[in-house]
Amino acid sequence: MTQYIIRRLLQAIPLLFIISLILFILMRNTGDPLATMGGRRLTRPEDRERLARQFGLDKPIYVQYLYWLIGNDWTKIDMDGDGIPETPGTRKGVLRGEFGTSLVIRGKPVSTLIWERLPNTLLLMITTEVVIIIFSIIIGVYSALRQYSVIDHLVTTVSFVGYSMPIFFIALASMYLFAVNFKKWGLPYLPTVGMFDPQIGKTPAQVALHMVLPVFSMALISIAGYSRFVRATMLEVMNEDYIRTARAKGLPNFTILFIHALKNASLPLVTIIGLDIPMLLGGAIVTERIFAWPGMGRLFLDHVSRADTPVVMGILMLISVAVIVFQLITDIVYAWLDPRIRYT
Amino acid sequence: MATLLEVRDLTTRFHTLDGVVHAVNGISYTLEEGQTLGIVGESGCGKSASVLSVMRLIPEPPGKIAAGQVIYRGQDLLKLNESQMQHIRGKEIAMVFQDPMTSLNPVLTIGRQISEALIVHMGMTQKQAYQRTLELLNMVGIPQADSRYGDYPHQFSGGMRQRVMIAMALACMPSILIADEPTTALDVTIQAQIIDLVKTLRDRLGMAVIWITHDLGIIAGLAEKVIVMYAGFIVERGDVDDIYDDPRHPYTLALLKSLPRVDRSSKERLATIPGLPPDLLSLPPGCPFAPRCAYVIERCRQENPRLEIVDSHHEIACWVDVGTGRER
Ligand SMILES: Nc1ncnc2c1ncn2[C@@H]1O[C@H](COP(=O)(O)OP(=O)(O)OP(=O)(O)O)[C@@H](O)[C@H]1O
Ligand code: SF4
Ligand SMILES: [Mg+2]
Repeated sequence: MTQYIIRRLLQAIPLLFIISLILFILMRNTGDPLATMGGRRLTRPEDRERLARQFGLDKPIYVQYLYWLIGNDWTKIDMDGDGIPETPGTRKGVLRGEFGTSLVIRGKPVSTLIWERLPNTLLLMITTEVVIIIFSIIIGVYSALRQYSVIDHLVTTVSFVGYSMPIFFIALASMYLFAVNFKKWGLPYLPTVGMFDPQIGKTPAQVALHMVLPVFSMALISIAGYSRFVRATMLEVMNEDYIRTARAKGLPNFTILFIHALKNASLPLVTIIGLDIPMLLGGAIVTERIFAWPGMGRLFLDHVSRADTPVVMGILMLISVAVIVFQLITDIVYAWLDPRIRYT
Repeated sequence: MATLLEVRDLTTRFHTLDGVVHAVNGISYTLEEGQTLGIVGESGCGKSASVLSVMRLIPEPPGKIAAGQVIYRGQDLLKLNESQMQHIRGKEIAMVFQDPMTSLNPVLTIGRQISEALIVHMGMTQKQAYQRTLELLNMVGIPQADSRYGDYPHQFSGGMRQRVMIAMALACMPSILIADEPTTALDVTIQAQIIDLVKTLRDRLGMAVIWITHDLGIIAGLAEKVIVMYAGFIVERGDVDDIYDDPRHPYTLALLKSLPRVDRSSKERLATIPGLPPDLLSLPPGCPFAPRCAYVIERCRQENPRLEIVDSHHEIACWVDVGTGRER
């Protein structure tokens, strides 16, 4: 198993190189980071030239990529524009753990920017994933047991509707209902922006309250899809011979359902969840934007629109690594659940 | 001997999209303590459905036990609720199924699958159940029980899995073991080993056994009583010797003729029964065996014969005396 993990990680290295190269080229073609430099006024032409030299933006793209990758402290930069490189470079490059500094927030290291936001995004994502798993199992198992009951039909309808709605619509609709209208009707209403109320401070209760709507918006679609999936696999598993054996042993229903059946039914679910995690990341970007959640999604959108290559590349590479790691975790969980699977 | 189980007029149907499958049509029999009863019949004649009804394991829907009584030690199992039934299953009546490949849970260790019944029914602690499970594994002839406790079903061969199934069924010392074609999926040599194992354990533990098979040959050295089933009906019942030496029902005769026997010359061709078992969706009004029967007379097509005593302990459901070929 350890061997397998190591091999998978090694295999991921070339993949990450290719991803980074493609993303870098795309990034360099999407916009002009020097247009306003994060401000409101257009950058003056003479400043532009100087800044371009300073950031190395005047170089061909493969050199820029090289600088991003391995830094430029081994060479000299032409800072004053006289055609002779005189100032030694200071960048260390990604391979030496330095993601550079933001172009638009001058001098701010990418790692600091990301580090400030990463925990918030992780909090949102992990909570959402846990909510998704718990609810889709409960709903899926319940509707499998009460197949064709009123509740089952209701769940089918709701999940069908839920599954066909885009995230932003769910987010806005839930804001409209639980925040705007609940307030209007004098009911307890939910906050819609930020992580906490600045007047109260960042208490766990505040953060939890502010998380309700974003988590709900992100989880709903997945719960809708997964609960159908759990229902289908549970129905299939409940027809298996080994479930009949378990019943013939006189085991209580709870044991049959949640140990004998669910452990088998969760196998395909694990695979699906693993495959869907990148999608959840995408959903997080939209959701964070709508709910002004101070996470990486917002950071990403703020900086991608200004073509801030170092920051955007930093976030994208982190996401790529995350996806690979999540996939590996999926494999490990799968092997743990299914003894027939042995990775070598 | 005291009567352990009495089945009366058991009727089980499956309500499918194509119509109602009459799987078990009012069968009655008794099982004495320590007795072994064989149930024989071709595939699809309701053998499994009849014993699954006794265990109340018929999937509902589409299945439904439409009528009858299953009296176990004086109480009608069909009247019990689900949780009362859970105390019967595995503890009083246990079952071994046909296919050991699919009947064990692939993601749980065999140790767990054996010991959980002990914990539920006998109130054992984890540790006691572990010890007892090792004893059971030894008892069914699985070597190095302690190192195999944590193994998963896919790490065992078919015969070994069936031994695990038997250990599981016998865990709580049931009074009745129902074995539903436990050897059909196994090699011939393994088959014999499993049959021997069940025989030995039956004698040691003094339990009653219901052994289902479509192979009359297996029953000979195993059972005391035999029921022959056809189309969900019992067509012949008697002591095992009577069934072999003096079969009275045309269907039983045909089954015996299709059996390879040492006392018959190998040149003699084995007779297979012509035709197919009837469609249980729409049974003909008369005797269900009539379309395939060599002795059929006019009456057979109008009236379905009832099970009647022809000798002491020997009953058949047939209008004809196979000895004379004329109506009885
Ligand atoms: N779940 C089910 N749904 C619909 N029909 C069923 C179901 N289970 C059994 N039947 C039908 O009931 C009839 C009796 O089946 P049963 O399994 O009892 O036969 P059997 O004698 O055990 O045969 P075999 O030797 O193949 O195991 C068959 O016609 C079968 O199609
Ligand atoms: S009743 Fe008639 S058809 Fe049925 S088995 Fe007897 S002889 Fe054959
Ligand atoms: Mg069967």
